[in-house]
Amino acid sequence: MKIAVCAKVAPDTTTPRIQPAADGSGIDTSGIKFAVSPYDVFAATLGVELVEKKVAASVHLFTVGDEGDVATLRSGALALGCEDLTLIGDDAAKAADALGASKALAAAIGKDDGITLVLTGKQAIDGDSVQVPGMLAEFLGWPLVSMVSSFETDGTTFTAVRNVGGGVQETVQGNLPAVITCDKGLVQPRYAKLPQIMKAKKKAVHTPSLGDLGLSADDVAPKASHTAYGEPPPRPPGRVLDGGDLSSTLDQLVTALRDEAKVL
Amino acid sequence: MSILVLAEQEHGTFKKTAAELLAKATELAGSLGTTVDAVVLGTGADAASLGAYGAARAFVVDGDFSSYDGDTAVAALAAAVDAASPSVVLAPASYLAKDAIPRLAARLGTGQGSECTDLRVDGGAVVGRRPVYAGKVLCDVTVSGTPAIFTVRANSFGQPEAGSGAAEVVQVSFDAPAPRLTVVKRETPEQDAVDLTEADRIVSGGRSLKSAENFDAIIRPLAKALGATAGASRAAVDAGYAPHEEQVGQTGKTVNPSLYIACGISGAIQHLAGMRTSKVIVAINTDPEAPIFEHATYGVVADLFDVCPQLTTKLGALDS
Ligand SMILES: Cc1cc2nc3c(=O)[nH]c(=O)nc-3n(C[C@H](O)[C@H](O)[C@H](O)COP(=O)(O)OP(=O)(O)OC[C@H]3O[C@@H](n4cnc5c(N)ncnc54)[C@H](O)[C@@H]3O)c2cc1C
Repeated sequence: MKIAVCAKVAPDTTTPRIQPAADGSGIDTSGIKFAVSPYDVFAATLGVELVEKKVAASVHLFTVGDEGDVATLRSGALALGCEDLTLIGDDAAKAADALGASKALAAAIGKDDGITLVLTGKQAIDGDSVQVPGMLAEFLGWPLVSMVSSFETDGTTFTAVRNVGGGVQETVQGNLPAVITCDKGLVQPRYAKLPQIMKAKKKAVHTPSLGDLGLSADDVAPKASHTAYGEPPPRPPGRVLDGGDLSSTLDQLVTALRDEAKVL
Repeated sequence: MSILVLAEQEHGTFKKTAAELLAKATELAGSLGTTVDAVVLGTGADAASLGAYGAARAFVVDGDFSSYDGDTAVAALAAAVDAASPSVVLAPASYLAKDAIPRLAARLGTGQGSECTDLRVDGGAVVGRRPVYAGKVLCDVTVSGTPAIFTVRANSFGQPEAGSGAAEVVQVSFDAPAPRLTVVKRETPEQDAVDLTEADRIVSGGRSLKSAENFDAIIRPLAKALGATAGASRAAVDAGYAPHEEQVGQTGKTVNPSLYIACGISGAIQHLAGMRTSKVIVAINTDPEAPIFEHATYGVVADLFDVCPQLTTKLGALDS
C-alpha cells in the first residue's frame, strides 16, 4: 500500500496580523512567514508512522500551489520521510477553487494505482473552507472519514475514530481505499531536524501539467470566487469592571451581560 | 429556483440553525423574488412547522439517518436538490456540512462558499461574507455554479420569532447506497451539551486551572449554570485538563457564540483565531496586562478560583 498526503502551505499560526491586499484581491503576503498547514503536518506524520510500522510502503506528497511553496514543503513535510512531492502548479491550477484543485489532485493521485489511502488535514488554516477532502473523495469515488483522532490500518481494512461534534466520538470501520482527514490528537506532529531537511533537498519534485493529468484549464475553472478582502470590523472597546470588592464587580458583570449586552 | 435550506434535526427536534437559516433565507428570497424550501433528512421531526420560519415546502427525505453516514447523506441531499431544483442551497457549518456538503458540491459540479458569517443579495445573486485566515481577514464569496452552495456558521444571525405558516411537506425517496463504513462504537460525553461550534454560550478554561479536577469543579459548573458549553485553551488540553474536542483555537474548534467567557486564558494569537468573532467576550484573568483584555467586552482582573464559584452562584440565583 502507498499513501498520498495532500498538504498545502499557509501563513504560520504565529502571524499576528494579516492585511488585505490594497486592491482587496487577496492578502498582502509581504513579511508573512509560511509553513505547512498544521493539520497537514498531522497527516504527513501519520503517513510516515505507517511506513515505519511497515504497513505502508511509501508516502507521496501532493499539492496544488506555487513553485515557491516547494522549499517549505521540503523542510516541513518531505523531510519527515515522504518519498517525493507532486506539485500541480500551472496558472490555471493556481487560479482554481477547491473544486478544481480537488479534481487535479484526484487525477494526480489516480495515476498511481498503488495508492489506496489519502490523508489530508481536517482543514487548511488559510481558507478554512474544509472542502478539498470531501470533493477529492467524491472525485476518487472513495469513502471519506472526516476529523479523525485515531487511526489504525493493516493495509486492507481500517478503524478510525471520528469527532462528529458535541463531543461525540464514533469508531468506524471500512475497507481501503479511503480518504481520511486528520484532527488533533491523532499523532504527535513531527518537525524535521537539520539532517532530514538536508536529505530532503535531493528528493524528487514532479510538476505535471494539467494536460499531463488529462485535464484542461476549463475543467478546473473556479465556480466559487473569493473577492473584496478586508479587515474585520473593529471590536467595540471593552472595559475592565471594578466594583471595589469582588462581589460588587460580579454584580456589575451580571448586570452588564443582562441589560447592556443582552446575552443572558 | 428557490433557496433550499438544510434544516438539521436531532432525535426529532430541529437544531437552532434551522430557524436561523430559514429566516435569513426568507429575507434573501424577498430580494431575489423567489421562495424558500427546506430539506429534512429523515422523518420524525415536524417538517410542516418549518413554515413558521418561512419555508414554503419541506422536502423530507425518507431513510435511515439515525446514525451519520456520509454516503447516505450525500445521496439524500442530491435527491432533495433534484426534487426542489433550487438556485441556492444553505446549510449550517456543522459536521455534516463539513463532511457531506463538499461531496454534494463535487457531485453536482458546483462551487461552495464555506463558513459564512453573513449573507446578502448583490446584483441578483447571493454573496457570502466570511472570515478567512482564522478571522484575521474577511472576504466575499460568490458561486457561479448551480445551485450556489453556502455553509453558514451557527449564531451568525440570531434566533427569529416563529410565525404562523405551515410548510407543504413533500416526501422524497432515494436509493440508499450500500454502506461502505460501519459505526462500531459511539461514545457520548457525560454532559450532554451543545457542540462548541454551534454553542451560543461558551465558558473556557486555560492552563491556570492546574488540574482536570479543578477544570471539572470550576469551569463545568459555571458552564452548566449558563447553559453553556465548556471549552479550553490548548495549554489546558495538552496538560490533560480537558479533552481534545474542547480545544478552541487555530488547531481546535472555531466558535461563534454570543457569549464567550475566557477564564485564566492569556489570549494567544492561536486561541483568538478560534473565538474572535464571539459577540461578547468576558475575560477573567489575574494579569491586567494579559492580551485577552484587548479583545474583551468586559474584563475582570481577579483570581478565577474566586470569580467562577461566585459567578456560578449569582447566575444560579438569577434563574430561580
Ligand atoms: C501551531 C500552534 C497551534 C496552536 N493552536 C492553539 C489552539 O488551537 N488553541 C489555543 O488555545 N492555543 C493554541 N496554541 C497555543 C497558544 O500559543 C498558547 O500557548 C495557549 O493558547 C496558551 O493557553 P493559556 O492561555 O491557557 O495559557 P497561558 O498562556 O499560560 O496563560 C495562562 C493565563 O492565566 C492567567 N492566570 C494564571 N492564574 C490565574 C488565576 N488563578 N486566575 C485567573 N487568571 C490566571 C495568567 O495571567 C495567564 O494570562 C497553538 C500554538 C501553536 C504554535
